[in-house]
Amino acid sequence: MNFAVLQFPASNCDQDAVHVLKDVLGHSAQLLWHKETSLGGADAVIVPGGFSYGDYLRTGAVARFSPVMQAVQQFAASGGPVLGICNGFQILCEAGLLPGALIRNRSLQFRCEHVYLKTMTRNSPFTNKIPDGKLLRVPIAHGEGCYFAEPDTIGKLKTNDQILFRYVNARGEPTEISNPNGSVENIAGVCNERRNVAGLMPHPERASEPLLGSADGRAVFESLVNWLEQRTKAKAA
Amino acid sequence: MKAKIIITPKKAVLDPQGKTVQNALEHMGYSGIHAVHVGKYLEVELSGADRETARKQMDEACHKFLSNPVIEDYKLEVE
Repeated sequence: MNFAVLQFPASNCDQDAVHVLKDVLGHSAQLLWHKETSLGGADAVIVPGGFSYGDYLRTGAVARFSPVMQAVQQFAASGGPVLGICNGFQILCEAGLLPGALIRNRSLQFRCEHVYLKTMTRNSPFTNKIPDGKLLRVPIAHGEGCYFAEPDTIGKLKTNDQILFRYVNARGEPTEISNPNGSVENIAGVCNERRNVAGLMPHPERASEPLLGSADGRAVFESLVNWLEQRTKAKAA
Repeated sequence: MKAKIIITPKKAVLDPQGKTVQNALEHMGYSGIHAVHVGKYLEVELSGADRETARKQMDEACHKFLSNPVIEDYKLEVE
């Protein structure tokens, strides 16, 4: 599969994403500078973490107007899968591709630690290969990861099964202590109604090899690869 | 011309900065403080003669880019 990994000024998880897709999973991945206007025939897009444009004004607010994001808008509108990680999640919310917004952590502190994630649905291109009931242990590293949306929007997310991940403790319970940033209902990741665009604050690309202390995040990328392969098979049939 | 824009967090949105400043003020002995909201202030210098056109333009920019309607309110003045 061909992956496009976007690169904005001050992206800093772009190389990690490329490493996982290429070296760990054996697929093709190319970096796309923010001034590009085409996605070069990519099968899927990763919007990586970092501090695009210095987080000026609001996180992701400037990046969403970059030329490459206009191509991503079209790609998403045609059903192409797009995954935003950390700053990528913030950019996709700002772009209106995902509901809600990410605001300053309730503690006002930058949180950098491993958390447990509970997968709320396997019905998405990004979660279908995550073993049923398995908690994912992956790192977070953000100052503005508190997910906020109006109660109406949260209601719709639940009705449509759009909440992908929640922060939980080691027993899988979504407690206040296990919520590292004050996100509404411990929400760590969501997808759009069509299910082809998703974002999460934790970093699965930093937890895709045992050497890094956890390989749990790998299942997110394996899900995406599996979904793309199934789509190719369905098209051929 | 100058556009003056004040952006504040919506009432329903958690404002930990405002809460922290409020706590500090109370701690310092200032009484009767019900709430503090921390926002931002922007000044945009504009050329052109028509104030109404400038106001419309900046209003659109506030809605599309300078504020995020999901979490923020804004007040705009052009002078």
